[in-house]
Amino acid sequence: QVSAALKEGHVTPTELCQRCLALIKSTKFLNAYITVAEKTALEQAEESEKRYKRGQPLGVLDGIPVAVKDNFNTAGIETTCASNMLKGYISPYNATVVQKLLDQGAVLLGKTNLDEFAMGSGSTDGVFGPVRNPWSYSRQYKEKSVPKSDSEDEESNWVITGGSSGGSAAAVSSFTCFAALGSDTGGSTRNPAAHCGVVGLKPTYGLISRHGLIPLVNSMDVPGILTRCVDDAAVVLGSLAGHDPKDSTTIQDNFKPFELPSLPDVSKLSIGIPKEYHAPGLSSEILALWSKAADLFKNAGAKVTEVSLPHTRYSIVCYHVLCTAEVASNMARFDGLEYGHRSDMNKSTESMYAATRREGFNDVVRGRILSGNYFLLKQNYENYFVKAQKVRRLIANDFLKVFGSGVDILLTPTTLTDAVPYMEFIKEDNRTRSAQDDILTQAANMAGLPAINVPAALSERGLPVGLQFIGRSFQEKQLLTVAKWFEKQVKFPMIQLEEVKGHNDNVFQHQKSASFS
Amino acid sequence: LAPWVPVVGLEIHAQISSNSKLFSGSQVQFAAPPNSLVSFFDASLPGTLPVLNRRCVEAAVMTGLALNCSINKKSLFDRKHYFYADLPAGYQITQQRVPIAVNGSLSYSLCIDNKMSQMVTKTVRIKQIQLEQDSGKSLHDDTRSQTLVDLNRAGVGLMEVVMEPDMCCGEEAAAAVRELQLILQTLGSSQAVMAEGQLRVDANVSVHHPGQPYGVRTEVKNINSIRFLAKAVDYEIQRQIEELANGGTILNETRAFDSKLGCTVPMRDKEGKQDYRFMPEPNLPPLILYDAKSLPANVNHQQVVNIDWIHERLPDLPSVKRAKLVEQYGILPEHSFALLNEDGLSEYFENVVKQTQMKPKKVIGWILNVLLSYLKQHSLTVKESPVSCFLLADLLNLLEKREISSTAARQVFAELWKGEGKTPLEIVKEKKLELIQDQKELEQICQAVIDGQESEVIMIVLG
Repeated sequence: QVSAALKEGHVTPTELCQRCLALIKSTKFLNAYITVAEKTALEQAEESEKRYKRGQPLGVLDGIPVAVKDNFNTAGIETTCASNMLKGYISPYNATVVQKLLDQGAVLLGKTNLDEFAMGSGSTDGVFGPVRNPWSYSRQYKEKSVPKSDSEDEESNWVITGGSSGGSAAAVSSFTCFAALGSDTGGSTRNPAAHCGVVGLKPTYGLISRHGLIPLVNSMDVPGILTRCVDDAAVVLGSLAGHDPKDSTTIQDNFKPFELPSLPDVSKLSIGIPKEYHAPGLSSEILALWSKAADLFKNAGAKVTEVSLPHTRYSIVCYHVLCTAEVASNMARFDGLEYGHRSDMNKSTESMYAATRREGFNDVVRGRILSGNYFLLKQNYENYFVKAQKVRRLIANDFLKVFGSGVDILLTPTTLTDAVPYMEFIKEDNRTRSAQDDILTQAANMAGLPAINVPAALSERGLPVGLQFIGRSFQEKQLLTVAKWFEKQVKFPMIQLEEVKGHNDNVFQHQKSASFS
Repeated sequence: LAPWVPVVGLEIHAQISSNSKLFSGSQVQFAAPPNSLVSFFDASLPGTLPVLNRRCVEAAVMTGLALNCSINKKSLFDRKHYFYADLPAGYQITQQRVPIAVNGSLSYSLCIDNKMSQMVTKTVRIKQIQLEQDSGKSLHDDTRSQTLVDLNRAGVGLMEVVMEPDMCCGEEAAAAVRELQLILQTLGSSQAVMAEGQLRVDANVSVHHPGQPYGVRTEVKNINSIRFLAKAVDYEIQRQIEELANGGTILNETRAFDSKLGCTVPMRDKEGKQDYRFMPEPNLPPLILYDAKSLPANVNHQQVVNIDWIHERLPDLPSVKRAKLVEQYGILPEHSFALLNEDGLSEYFENVVKQTQMKPKKVIGWILNVLLSYLKQHSLTVKESPVSCFLLADLLNLLEKREISSTAARQVFAELWKGEGKTPLEIVKEKKLELIQDQKELEQICQAVIDGQESEVIMIVLG
């Protein structure tokens, strides 16, 4: 819609950009952005405006303010991965997905905050500090929380965004941008999407180029898309998907962008409910929501059946081995020689490496490197790495079997609970948290399947809860169609934020979830 | 005293002759300004990904076929991890699990007892050929306590050719490498010039008593020429024999060849056994090669490598060329080796043969004994020879027609070598080297000599 507004001149790209930049400033306490590229954003907005005036916009995304997670390379704009290792690092090239957005005329507002090198499920472990969930400050949450008299308690009551793409999720959720890029390796796009009440799409592995995405696990990473509604996600997907010669893991087939039906029909679909996703620790609230959702589909005429993915419970351990092994490998390049942080220690090359890596990486990263190297040792390789690869095959086969038996889409919860307060979250370490929080999202990465979080309802505490749909490989159209149908059914409420209210105008008002398409 | 059986295996790294590197588009060029041929991927900038170079795959397939290998239709890439300044990513992409070619063989020839007259053919098994990245170069500046790193070479494509321990001495190792070098140069898959680092050889050496299991082996590195290869191997064999004969043991270590001292020394850098933590390279799908049978119907030919297509276009290998030379020209096998051993010499020979009536069997003598020795003396290549094949052909024609003697011909050759632009005929006339055919004239000359040496003649007549 805002795209239509831009086209018709109701609002100009510059105005839009300025409003978003102002909103970013007034929501600074969320700590969603690491870098705000004000100057270049305004320049891009100006260029966009010229195109609209000529009546030649590049497409639906022309002039649309977007944000990008800070593990994507952006030429000329700092890329830090929220790590000391890359503080001040200015990449000479754009990630393919960033370039595609810019080529469509999108306005890049800035780089969003994350867990260091995307390792974490809270967006709390980066060197720039934790990201705060905008819903912490929403009327909905404040109304439901135990009334406290002093503001200090209110301050400490804020909840996490989830992670690791928390900054991107918060940015979209707080209306500072219309779409954001995240990354998803074990749920890093879907998890914060669920906690922040936005749509989080994990595309099929190989559909979108990873060139320029600083890798966590090369065999599982995908760029993720965060938007306020499913239609917007489809538009962004359409502009990003397709073969990239620079990424040999992208499929060669021609990708055709699609539009979702305005009135999706799910009556002919078969929805699977995997029983293993009723995991220990799943809140009764979410369980009930899940059940209600299943009923919704049933009542619409879809076939809803319980299915089994028996190897689900092994996915976390399997992920741990494969992830840490890849991390150990991927982080080997950070030696302080060519780029990034270099320690002052110069007694020898080795001592420089050691000091650089100790100073540059946080405990989480270093812990994973050590574990990963352990698993890759010759004497351990068969028992850990190869075993985990075999288990991965089993997990992937679970899905193949279920989809092969006629099920079209799987419906599961995205998270075990709604967002927890930061003070509570940090009581457990990163590894424990990741193991707990990734459990419902992780298997889709193992199998390379597309999955999406759709905000479903508010919890008793007034915080968003989402549900996840998992689809067949490269069947994003079907997946998004189902997601859109569900979105229409649940009519998830818009966040009521003071800061956003102040910027309200007809651009933001129309729908419950303001979209740009 | 029980005899010792030396066992020699080789690991050879040949730089692939290609315009760009194995996984990135930066150029491959020798002696360019430091760090001028480095792409983002070569510098290991985060977020960059490898993209396989088709030409490098073809080079490896050609080489595999020429070495009688089985080409693996599916091969895999792996990461080999270690930290070093010239390895920006902290790992090398190589093929450890399933390389592109396996189980081949290389035939080479040796002269027995250093005489060119008797040649014997030997074979060495080729264990495998794998594609892998070259590293950059690091130069240690001890005076300033710094290391200078040049990444121009980082990422250049290499073929590692592993030769089984079927060789027994330096001479065999040298001959095998020489033949491999010729094959690579004929194929064009590598220029294989050792001096430019395009061909690097590491030798694995051990000794044992017959009937006993193989001894502990050492790896010898830093061998910069084929001549030094033979020396290094022979030295190491000798060193091991002496060590064991004196009751010592051989350490499984890496040693460097010191060309000045002519010996091998333990390498400082070796810090115990390295665990390379091999891991599949996740950014490169398995490399699938096709042949005529397996080639899918609607496929983009730009995107596939067809083994049969490459096989059909292989040039004549050195062994085939030699056989042809022997058959066509009736020269000896050892002559054919000598012809192919010098770049351009066989073409020169054939050109001379074409333009002269002299039999090839005689021409070969001039090529190998005269031309070649002049070239060697002056350190010139065939291309740089001041005596072209046309000039030599002309000279040989004069000789063949008995217009000059062979001694005179040699003189003419020496004159031609000066490169003053004179033809053989001109030189003959100038130096009055014509053979005198006239009987009367000869008698006159002889009489003149006799007349001039009266006293000598009397002595001879008197006995």
